[in-house]
Amino acid sequence: MSPAKKPPPSQELIKGIWRENPVLVQLLGLCPALAVTNSVANSLAMSGAVLFVLLGSSLLVSSIKRIVPTDVRISTYILIIATFVTIADMILEASVPAVHKELGAFVALIVVNCIILGRQEAFASKNSVGRSLLDAVGMSIGFTLTMVLMGTVREVLGNGTFLGYSVLGPNYEPWVIMILPPGGFLTLGVILLVFSWVKRRSAARDKVASSIGGPAVQEAA
Amino acid sequence: MTAPAPPADVPARPSASAQRLIATLGGFGALAGLLIVSVFVVTQPTIRANKAAALAAAISEVLAAPDRYDTLYVTADALTRELPSGANAETAEAVYLGWRGEAPVGFAVVANGSGFQDNIRLIFGYDVSSAQLLGMLVLESKETPGLGDKIYKDAEFVAQFSQVHAPLVGVKEGQGNGLPTELVMITGATISSRAVIKAINATLERVGPLLAAYDVQEPRP
Amino acid sequence: MGDLVWILVSAAVVNNFTLALFLGLCPFLGVSGKVETAVRMGIANIFVMVLTALAVWVLNTFVLTAAPFLRIIAFIIVIASLVQIVEMAIKKLSPALFRALGIFLPLITTNCAILGLAIFSTNRGYGLVEGLFFAVGAGIGLTIALVLMASIRENLELADVPDFAQNMGLVLILAGALSLAFMGFAGLFSAA
Repeated sequence: MSPAKKPPPSQELIKGIWRENPVLVQLLGLCPALAVTNSVANSLAMSGAVLFVLLGSSLLVSSIKRIVPTDVRISTYILIIATFVTIADMILEASVPAVHKELGAFVALIVVNCIILGRQEAFASKNSVGRSLLDAVGMSIGFTLTMVLMGTVREVLGNGTFLGYSVLGPNYEPWVIMILPPGGFLTLGVILLVFSWVKRRSAARDKVASSIGGPAVQEAA
Repeated sequence: MTAPAPPADVPARPSASAQRLIATLGGFGALAGLLIVSVFVVTQPTIRANKAAALAAAISEVLAAPDRYDTLYVTADALTRELPSGANAETAEAVYLGWRGEAPVGFAVVANGSGFQDNIRLIFGYDVSSAQLLGMLVLESKETPGLGDKIYKDAEFVAQFSQVHAPLVGVKEGQGNGLPTELVMITGATISSRAVIKAINATLERVGPLLAAYDVQEPRP
Repeated sequence: MGDLVWILVSAAVVNNFTLALFLGLCPFLGVSGKVETAVRMGIANIFVMVLTALAVWVLNTFVLTAAPFLRIIAFIIVIASLVQIVEMAIKKLSPALFRALGIFLPLITTNCAILGLAIFSTNRGYGLVEGLFFAVGAGIGLTIALVLMASIRENLELADVPDFAQNMGLVLILAGALSLAFMGFAGLFSAA
């Protein structure tokens, strides 16, 4: 790979936010996206832990990529990821015990979150340290935005609050189902449908003249 | 599992020897261990202190703020001050005897029961001589928000636990006979209310005799 | 005895691993296209879960008592190696069984349901027998969810779905409906 072929570094950062958003496009990391997004605070804590693990693992994996033999590549990556997850778990437990209790086993489950291993295998093991870090930050931002979006929808509708502050007033009858498990599936399902509808609409716009494509797609919706 | 042989003119990465594989994994294993142990050493005091503070706060809540408390471990036939041999200080079952000045206030006891959704873990204060409860605090539960979670969010329901007498009998609102053992259950959350009552009764049935047999005036070491 | 039944039923339906705890979503979304595949995946999962329960019990009882902070690393490594070994053994001993279940085994190893099972049963302090009941219950729960979803999706093939909805969005909405239905099992074993 010659450097000329590579996209500009800023692209590595931005792609994770929309074009290659880990949750919405790649459908990775669904387990935490559904399980801990019942409040905005939990979504943020989980995103912070993922950012930490992804940054740490990408840094280490991209700097050691030359000395690890191919045969034990995956095992080494898992070992590295598990180390950072354990560290994140202990730091969370020491600094914010209440949030740690809420997240429970789902912090440990970051180990098997496909986003992390996927980025190591697909990106950090083949790219320079700088680019891998940018990629990790970009993916984490994309993950965080999705998590916070879901957390906001679920907390506002299901509890009438945002980060614990009441936003819909005392007369709002909370839509409790949104903070229960089915609410997670429904919220993500609706987000994915809207996401795919928007993408199809813009694709249709590119193809057909906007005077024909616009109304036709709106009708289909 | 045989990989296709690389073309002769490409300087393929040589297949690593077994020693190299073991050395790589061993090296990263050691690095991982070192990292985890150092973070563990740094965070452990805070985690311990957090846990102790949470326990002390819970005991203070259900025993109306005692000056201090003794930890007593539950064995098959008695309560002991010393940790039974072979038991782990963090997992061994214990009750806590609160003191105000030189007078014992009562025992704080942890109880478990199965609720509507999942296990409910709670702590309650208990005075042996009058068989009266002194307070109750739910430590863990996943009861339905808006319904079952009233077992800790409904102040009226929780307040009853500072005067009711054991063994508890759950009654529906407006149907009691005014007996001291009666506890008015939450309308719409009967199952969760019963789960709390059942957990406390079952625990008292088991450790109650041990609490009664314990000589609170036993000289302190 | 009642406790063991409660553990099993709770893991299978009341707190269904997939529909209430969101564990094992990868196979739930990935291999729920056909009922037959879903059944095989489910059985392979029950098998690996039972193995995991055994491994976790051994690790927790004999190895990790001194160093609980190495739990995550130890679980993931031991489970991955164990599944690898069993896969090789099945390949040697019963090629027929391997063809039926074997291809799923590597997929299962990095599945959060397995590590989730290990961590949940540790956090709840389950012993050997309780852990095994929990594993079987969780496996059955995963199988039920997989098979239900696969049956729905087989029928969905015949339905006229709008273009933009022919993706995971629709499957997740269906999962939401299933999850809603499973909430009806709550209270099944509560104090009567």
